[in-house]
Amino acid sequence: MVSEAAPPGFLTTNLDKAVNWVRTQSMWPVSFGLACCAIEMMATGAAHNDLARFGMEVFRASPRQADLMIVAGRLSQKMAPVLRQVYDQMAEPKWVISMGACASSGGMFNNYALVQGVDQVVPVDVYVPGCPPGPQSLMHGILTLQDQIMAGEIKR
Amino acid sequence: MSDTPSLTTGDRETPSAESPLETPTPVTDSDERRRLHDVWVAGTEEPDWVKDATDEGAQELLSEADETSLATQRGTLVDDDYLVEDDVDEEERQIINMGPQHPSTHGVLRLQLELEGETIRRVKPIIGYLHTGMEKTAETLTYMQGSTNVTRMDYLSPFFNELCFSLAVEDLLGIDIPPRAQAIRILMTELNRVSSHLLWVATQGMDIGALSMMIYGWRERELFLEFFESATGLRMNHNYIRPGGVAADLHDGWEDEVEAILEAMPGALAEYEELLNENPIFLDRTMGVGVITPDEALAYGVTGPALRAAGVDWDLRKAMPYSGIENYEFDVPLGKHGDVHDRYLVRFGEVRQSLGIVRQVLETMPEGDFRTEDRKVTPPPRKRIDESMEALIHHFKLFTEGFKVPPGSVYQAVESPRGELGMYLVSDGSASPWRLHVRGPSFANVQALPVMMTDSLVADIVSTLASVDPVLGDVDR
Repeated sequence: MVSEAAPPGFLTTNLDKAVNWVRTQSMWPVSFGLACCAIEMMATGAAHNDLARFGMEVFRASPRQADLMIVAGRLSQKMAPVLRQVYDQMAEPKWVISMGACASSGGMFNNYALVQGVDQVVPVDVYVPGCPPGPQSLMHGILTLQDQIMAGEIKR
Repeated sequence: MSDTPSLTTGDRETPSAESPLETPTPVTDSDERRRLHDVWVAGTEEPDWVKDATDEGAQELLSEADETSLATQRGTLVDDDYLVEDDVDEEERQIINMGPQHPSTHGVLRLQLELEGETIRRVKPIIGYLHTGMEKTAETLTYMQGSTNVTRMDYLSPFFNELCFSLAVEDLLGIDIPPRAQAIRILMTELNRVSSHLLWVATQGMDIGALSMMIYGWRERELFLEFFESATGLRMNHNYIRPGGVAADLHDGWEDEVEAILEAMPGALAEYEELLNENPIFLDRTMGVGVITPDEALAYGVTGPALRAAGVDWDLRKAMPYSGIENYEFDVPLGKHGDVHDRYLVRFGEVRQSLGIVRQVLETMPEGDFRTEDRKVTPPPRKRIDESMEALIHHFKLFTEGFKVPPGSVYQAVESPRGELGMYLVSDGSASPWRLHVRGPSFANVQALPVMMTDSLVADIVSTLASVDPVLGDVDR
């Protein structure tokens, strides 16, 4: 906000807002595609939808460099430990978006093979519905997460 | 290929004495009974039967003496003469894992690599990280719901999954599909083939360093997805081709949208070729890399562009035509060397042929019904329900219990962008399949990866893997 006490050209704010703003505007997702949703996640990052507008286009292959995990697709029982390991390797602060019906709840596959919701394995911040969610849905999820971060305190 | 096996598709078999309709024999062995009924409580020590039931083995490379197929794997023709074998110490052999979380494994494939310096000595693909139990789920869904399930298998070519399932069901039902429905199916599947190959060239380019290729490929793919969305309501997993026809007629103005795609594509393909064809890095990383001979390809059950790049003339659209594809003119592009570059050429040839088929469909689209008028299979139009008691009953019965399919079994195959996609469907006369087995093209193609990769360089793994274009949803299902 523009303070009257400060000389012209200066903005004042509090630390929470400044840090949160920085965090939201350069959030790097780990490239963790599982199934159909991963294709839509890639489509979101590509030219037509251009995720770079939200500072999120830098998909990192290494979880150490990432702040956000977009769990894109169905999570099988065999993959669940791998997902958890990748999550554990990410440095704090970190967030998780559960993309699509399968990641959120098992979707239409209520059977022996799938984890019925990735929130059994990792803490989820935003659930994006759809099968698969279109790029607009994913972007809405990302904006929702950014709003959440902006509204919150610096906890971690 | 003249001496192709005389296979016929879709022959209905009457259930034999060993048919699955037979009631299972009761288990008499007491240990076996206990095994079936015992429940293992989490937190306690795992009983042996649980270990046996879920154990997948050590998941390690076998010792070389045990590796029976090694002789076959060593038959590759990769040019690595510049490697001086004597310099490599046996002690230097190391085993590394690639995946399942790796940006270049096209999903969640895991490769176990035994390296000697930079040279790959052995490769073992490990699959199952995306196992979704779809074949089992298919048994719990009715035939009407079935295409919702199968469309999510190979998620880059959903129309082919639906088409294969629908053709199998229709063959058991013994119903005829109207010409317009068949033409719509061909239109959608051939457009889908192009969009799938576009995604392939995008990822192939990205994986070997041509990052701008990825942006171009996705850009043109959006054209197709927008058409699919306006025709089916969804960008992917359309559930559009269903037993009996297609879900809805093409929308008004579809001709203009297809025409726009057909006009945009030649220029886009020329752009890709300008980027790739004379690019020395692209040529170096594709020519002579990931070679498979025709004999090896046939032995491993490789199908699709990878087989045709090896020079084998085998395309199910020609060999076992389905859905009226025999009425359209097209050629089957073939390669000579069976390497990554030939797969690139074959796929681009296929894109051009598919666009030609789409052009023919556009010009000859017949009028008429978009699904069969058999009320036992197709729900009645909404307005008829208010007027006709019969229509109301049919509607209710179809959406509560579905339609029943006569007992029997059928194998139906279609030529998906990745190869032969086959479905073996067994019906016991009820409204849902007794068993659905899927022959995924990527599954067979992935097992040939060791042949293509052995004795090549680490850098070639990514190039070879991308050229096979495996979709893990298709491998694991």
